[in-house]
Amino acid sequence: MRLDLRQLYKTFSLSELRKGMGVTGKHFLKRKTTIMYPEEKTPKSPRFRGLHALRRYPNGEERCIACKLCEAVCPALAITIDSEEREDGTRRTTRYDIDLFKCIYCGFCEEACPVDSIVLTDIHEFHMEENSERMIDKEHLLEIGDRHESEIAAARKQDAPYR
Amino acid sequence: MSTVTINVDGRNLEATPGEMLICVTDRNGIYIPRFCYHEKLSVAANCRMCLVEVERAPKPLPACATPVMDGMKVQTRSITAQEAQKGTMEFLLINHPLDCPVCDQGGECPLQDQALGYGRSDSRFQEQKRSVASHDIGPLVATEMTRCIHCTRCVRFGEEVAGLLEMGAPGRGEHMKISTFLNRPVNSEVSGNMIDLCPVGALTSRPFRFAARSWELTSNFGISPHDCLGTNINIQTLRNCVERVLPIENAEINECWIADRDRFSYEAINCRHRLTVPMIKRAGAWEEATWETALTHAANGLKRLMDNGSAAEIGGLATWSSTLEEFHLLQKLVRAMGSDSVDYRLRQCDFRDDDIAPPLPVSEVPIRAFSDRESVLLVGSNIRKEQPLLALRLRNGWQTGKTRIAAINPIDHDLNFGTSHLLIAPGNSLVSQLAALASAVAGARSMPLPPEIRRIADKHRLTDLADQICQAGGNGLVVLGEAAQQHPNASLIKAIVHWLAEAAGSRIALLAPGNSAAGALANCQPGEGGRNTGQMLAGGMRGFILLGCEPELDCMDGKQALSAMQDSDFVIQLSAFRSESVMQYADVLLPMATFAESSGSYLNCEGRLQRSRAAVTPPGEVKPAWKILRVLGNFLGCRGFDYMDLEDIETELSPRTENPAPTFRLGKWRLEDMIEPGHTGLTRLSGMPMYRGEATLRHARALQSTADTPAPVIRVHPDTLSELGLKSGEQALLDDGDTTAQLPVKEDPRIPEKCIYLPSGFAESAMLGIHNRVSLEPLDGRQG
Repeated sequence: MRLDLRQLYKTFSLSELRKGMGVTGKHFLKRKTTIMYPEEKTPKSPRFRGLHALRRYPNGEERCIACKLCEAVCPALAITIDSEEREDGTRRTTRYDIDLFKCIYCGFCEEACPVDSIVLTDIHEFHMEENSERMIDKEHLLEIGDRHESEIAAARKQDAPYR
Repeated sequence: MSTVTINVDGRNLEATPGEMLICVTDRNGIYIPRFCYHEKLSVAANCRMCLVEVERAPKPLPACATPVMDGMKVQTRSITAQEAQKGTMEFLLINHPLDCPVCDQGGECPLQDQALGYGRSDSRFQEQKRSVASHDIGPLVATEMTRCIHCTRCVRFGEEVAGLLEMGAPGRGEHMKISTFLNRPVNSEVSGNMIDLCPVGALTSRPFRFAARSWELTSNFGISPHDCLGTNINIQTLRNCVERVLPIENAEINECWIADRDRFSYEAINCRHRLTVPMIKRAGAWEEATWETALTHAANGLKRLMDNGSAAEIGGLATWSSTLEEFHLLQKLVRAMGSDSVDYRLRQCDFRDDDIAPPLPVSEVPIRAFSDRESVLLVGSNIRKEQPLLALRLRNGWQTGKTRIAAINPIDHDLNFGTSHLLIAPGNSLVSQLAALASAVAGARSMPLPPEIRRIADKHRLTDLADQICQAGGNGLVVLGEAAQQHPNASLIKAIVHWLAEAAGSRIALLAPGNSAAGALANCQPGEGGRNTGQMLAGGMRGFILLGCEPELDCMDGKQALSAMQDSDFVIQLSAFRSESVMQYADVLLPMATFAESSGSYLNCEGRLQRSRAAVTPPGEVKPAWKILRVLGNFLGCRGFDYMDLEDIETELSPRTENPAPTFRLGKWRLEDMIEPGHTGLTRLSGMPMYRGEATLRHARALQSTADTPAPVIRVHPDTLSELGLKSGEQALLDDGDTTAQLPVKEDPRIPEKCIYLPSGFAESAMLGIHNRVSLEPLDGRQG
């Protein structure tokens, strides 16, 4: 077996260790990119596609008109809608279910919606404890929309010039 | 026939001279956009969408109104043609609202599709769009007239096909609008076809309104059980629920039309009166049960009767909308128990000619030949309401001037064609006038008239009509309608018609309701020693198996039917619906599938056997009737009930179904004695309104609010009404000898004098006898 002097020098001078520690030392003094989630959060694009919501008009009337375009465009078949004529003669949904396990958050539903009713909010922190919780219904979706209307509207406004 | 050659887009095409260009291109698969053109309607050429470039023509020409000429050169996609189409589309879209997302036509809309294919991608129109008020035109068709593009297909359909000018286009130019005259509702029995014809969302289906989108529906082939044509229907479903019914084009049967009865009866399937679990009556109280319990209960009840030696007193009654397989299993079950009393002819009263009856109640001419008869004689037939699509065929022949139609009817029915001769013959005068006609035919043919016909013939001189029928010979047709089949002297009518048709050389069509022909094919009628409907309901039966029928409403004499049911010991009803009145007397209710939930075969009036497949699985515990009857057979220990599937039953029936002879000829004929009413005075005329004749129809919500389901009102001729001292709209007391009913009266000049017309099929009228003497008196006090 030949003696490799070079390797021997590297081993005993601890050059690799010092090189590594050098990188550590450099970043030790640099500004940190790590954020302290959940206390700190990264900025999000106004186009962020998170949890779904159904919006209302300012007068409180739900926007959705049960055209079922979102259901048709959904590539994951995650949306189920039943519709009927409401007492005032308008076309409304009686059921609007989204299966969050099926959903791939592609945002096609929002693109397809002619009345800006179904939107993907920037909410990404949600979880379920039971399998059955993966289905969110119309009531729940409208409630999310009501709770976050100002953020949803602001994000849409910000993105409007590019659409 | 000579042909011409034209050149379209570089292709040489053969055409008949005088043919319109669009017909040639359609036949050869070259698509030209269109809105107003429809192959079954006249050419209007008012939408201008089909403009094409024709060589040596100064301007683009509409393909729907340009007859072909030899050597014509046409460009359908040239720059000129495309510009013309694009311009037309832009003008059409000026006033059309952009509400596709809420429009029920969205997704199956020719305007939407053609705007994409032939229109601009943007709109230059900045001004105010026109809006048009919509009026309520009835429970079947929803209107949104702002969407209308004035193609006038609906107007032309009413005028040309349906024969009722209900829709029109009052106003001109900017003020033109499509509406019903004086905002009256649309009452046509084929009005639903306007929904299919409308190329935009101006006329849409009201029961289907906003229920689903066209792209998410699954299409299923089906056969309508409600008419004797076996109309081909497309049962569209979404998530195992029937959402709507559309026609399937079949040139031999229904062309591209269906009646409202076929289109809207699906509403019953999802109605809240559905029976979804088996129920049994224990100690007078109803309780829900498992199939096992219910079938054991049913089998035990029947076994008890059999052990008591009253097997022969068990009867089976089937509704006319049952399938061939259901008819077969019912008669097999009843016969296996040792009875021969089974029948499907619920509304027939006269069975005296059963021994010489023809094998099948069908038409001797195919359905398509209804429109090219030279002479048609309607005997007791309100064909427009009984078989709406056959009436359209007759109307077609009458319109072209080929067919002359005569009618001998108890009532002056509102038909959608003109009649050359109209004889109003209530009661037994139907028989005597028919005999008079036979006598005239004998005269025209110089044949001896059988003396028994001469004896009953009345004094009418009908030489004109007889000549008309004799001249037509084999091109003539005698139609026996429901009033003739339900007549107390139906056997005499059939015998005279038989003699008359033989003498004149005419053909005969017996148009029985629904799938009746299959009932006859399956031999679901009493054999030697068995009892027919009339004898069963006359009393003395110990048990009944009811297949989809509610006797007090379905049978001719509701009162008699009800008492027969109440007097019997054990009644099993297979039904899709829960009926309060049936629950009064029945002992077991077995939930049965409707026409869309069950597979089965239908035999139409020309002897054509068609198979229908289940479109949805039934709700709850509901099972197809053939399975229920099969298992009931097993529970009773009857032999030959071990079918694995429907095909086994079909195989068993194949010797009969392979060659169903489509003939209505009595082997021989004989004339029975005329049954006289036994009273003089008012005659009660009765008929089944078209949406009351069967349980499914009675539960179809929208159909029940149409004009064809009138509130039970006594209609009387104005003169008779004033003789009785009554005024139209007043309440009157109707007395049939032992039952009285308080009902409003209405004057109607179509009802013959000395007669009253009260429709059956209603709870209010079911309890009044049919043949008894009736009296009508003003209500005391007159408070109404």
